[in-house]
Amino acid sequence: MGAWRRLARGFCRRWTAPAGLAVFALVLAMAASAPYVFPEDPFSMVTRPLQWPGENRQYLLGSDMLGRDLLAGICHGARVSLAIGGAATAAALGVGVLIGALAGYYGGVLDDVLMRGTEAFQTIPPFVFVIVVVVIARPSIRSIILAIALVSWPSVARLVRAEFLALRHREFVQGCRAVGMGDARIIFRQILPNALAPIIVTASIMVATAILTESGLAFLGLGDANVMSWGSMIGAGREMLRTEWYLTAIPGIAILLTVLALNLVGEGLNDALNPRLRDR
Amino acid sequence: MAARPGVARFLARRLAQAVPTVLLIVVVNFLVLHLTPGDIVDVLAGEAGAATPEYVAMLRQRFGLDRPLMSQLGSYVWGVATLDLGYSFRHNTSVLRLMLDRLPATLILMGSSLSLAVALGVVFGVTAARHVNRPVDGAIGVMVLLSYATPTFWIGLMLIVLFSVKLGWLPTGGMMTIGAGLAGPAKLFDIVHHLILPAASLALFYAAIYTRLMRASMLEVSGLDYVRTARAKGISERRVIYGHALRNALLPLLTVVGVQLGSLLGGSVLVESVFGWPGLGRLAFEAVQQRDYNLLLGILLMSSLLVIAVNLLIDLLYAVLDPRIELA
Repeated sequence: MGAWRRLARGFCRRWTAPAGLAVFALVLAMAASAPYVFPEDPFSMVTRPLQWPGENRQYLLGSDMLGRDLLAGICHGARVSLAIGGAATAAALGVGVLIGALAGYYGGVLDDVLMRGTEAFQTIPPFVFVIVVVVIARPSIRSIILAIALVSWPSVARLVRAEFLALRHREFVQGCRAVGMGDARIIFRQILPNALAPIIVTASIMVATAILTESGLAFLGLGDANVMSWGSMIGAGREMLRTEWYLTAIPGIAILLTVLALNLVGEGLNDALNPRLRDR
Repeated sequence: MAARPGVARFLARRLAQAVPTVLLIVVVNFLVLHLTPGDIVDVLAGEAGAATPEYVAMLRQRFGLDRPLMSQLGSYVWGVATLDLGYSFRHNTSVLRLMLDRLPATLILMGSSLSLAVALGVVFGVTAARHVNRPVDGAIGVMVLLSYATPTFWIGLMLIVLFSVKLGWLPTGGMMTIGAGLAGPAKLFDIVHHLILPAASLALFYAAIYTRLMRASMLEVSGLDYVRTARAKGISERRVIYGHALRNALLPLLTVVGVQLGSLLGGSVLVESVFGWPGLGRLAFEAVQQRDYNLLLGILLMSSLLVIAVNLLIDLLYAVLDPRIELA
C-alpha cells in the first residue's frame, strides 16, 4: 500500500489538486442526483419567467425566459457534459492507444504510414472538422461523441507511440520475446502498463477539452436538441444578453469550474505519476 | 539569407513532403462529406416543395452527383490541383472566390489575436520566471488556470456585456460601422475599434498556454552556461533576459504556435459567430446550415492548407532564430 500513499502524497503536493478533485466530485454528484433532485423535465416551465438569482428562494439560480429552473438545467447539463466528455475520451483513447502502440512497437513502414495519417488528421482544424461531422451525422449525443473522438485520437496516438519507441528495446521487453511471448501480449500486458502514466494525465485534460468542444457545438445550435446542455443554455440566454445577462453568465461559470477542476486534477496526477517532471 | 543556399532546396523538399498530406486531407474531407444521408439536391428539392423525380434526377446529373463515388473523387482531386474548388450553388459564385472574399477578415482576426497572445504570453511568462515561486508568479499562475478553462465564446459574450452594454465603450459586433462611408485612417481606426473585443476573446486561451510555456522555457534556459556567462560579464539583467535568454526560450513557443494554428481557426468560428465578424469561420457555419458541401470542402481544405503553409514558414523562422539548426 506504500505505493498508493506515495501517489496520494504526490497528488496533494499542491493544494489545488485536491481542490480540483473536490469541485469535480461536486459536479459528478450534481450529475448523478439530477434525476432525483429535479425529477421534472428541465425543459418544462415551473415558475414565473426571468427571475434573477436570489429573487426567489425556491429557485436559487433564477429562471429563464420560459420560466425554466436554471439550477435544474445546470444539474441536468452536467450529465450531458460529463457523459460526452467521458465517452469521447474513452473512444479516442481506444483508437489512439491502438494506433500509437502498433506504430511504436513495429516501427518501419507501418510506423511511417500510420504517423503520416495521424499528422494529416492533425492538420485539419479540429473544431471545424467536428462541426462538419456532427452536421453530416445529424446532431445527437452519439454523433457528438463520435466527432470529438475523431479529432482527439491523434494526440494520444503520438504520445503512445513515443512511449512505445522508448520502451520497446528495454530489457524486460527483450526478455518477454526471449521466452516466446506473443506480440499482442507484450504490447498490452507488458509495455502498455509501463506507458500508462502520461496516458492517464492526458485523459483528464482530454475530458476537459471535450467538454469545452461540446459546449461550443451546443452554443452554435449543433447540440442534441433533446437534452439540456450548458452550451445550449448560453446560446439561448444570448438572445437576452443586454438585460438578463445572468442567463448567459451562470452556465458559463459551470463550464469554467468543471474544466478548471479537471485541469487541476490533471496537474495533480502529473505530480503524482511523474515526480521527476513536476517542476515543469 | 544569401549565405544559406540550402533554403530553396529545403523549401522544395518540405513542399514535396506536404503533397501526400494534402492528398490525404482531400480524400478524408471528401469521404466524410459523402457519408451524408442527404445532398444539396435533397435540400433544394425540399425547399422547392413538390419536386418531380425527373427534376431531381436532372439536378443530380447537372451537379455530377449521379456519377460513381470514385469518379467524383477523381474530378474533385483534379479540381483541387488546378485550384478549381467547385461552385457554390447557394451563393452562385465559385467557392474559391467566396473564400478569398472572406479570408482577409479572418486573417486580420487571427493575426491580431495571435500577436496579442504571443505578446501577453512572453511578457507574463518572463515576469513569472523572473519572480519564480513568489506572489507575482502565483498570481500569474491563477490567471493562467482561469483563462485556460474559460470557453472562448462565453468570455466574448461577457466582454460584450461589460464593454458594450454597461460601459458603452466598444461596439457589440461587425467589422466596421455600416454606412459610415469612412476612408483612410478613420476607416482603419473604425476596424480596430471593432476588432478589440473579438481579438481579445480569441487571444485569452492562447495567451494562457504561451505564458505557461514561456515560464517553463525561460526557467530552463536561465540555467544554461551561456546565460550565466552573460551575467558574469556584468551585462544588465534586462539585456541578459531579452537579448540572450528570450531568443532561445522563444523556440518552443514557435513550435506550439504552429501546432495550434488549426485550433485557433476553430476558435475563430465561435468568435466570429459571437461578434458577427465576416470571416471564413462564419462562412463555414453558414455553409453547414445550408448544406453547401462544395463550400464546406473548400473551407476545410483551405484552412488545412493554411496550417501546412504556416508550419513551413515556422520551420524557416526556426532556422533564422537558431543558426545551429540546419535546413536539411
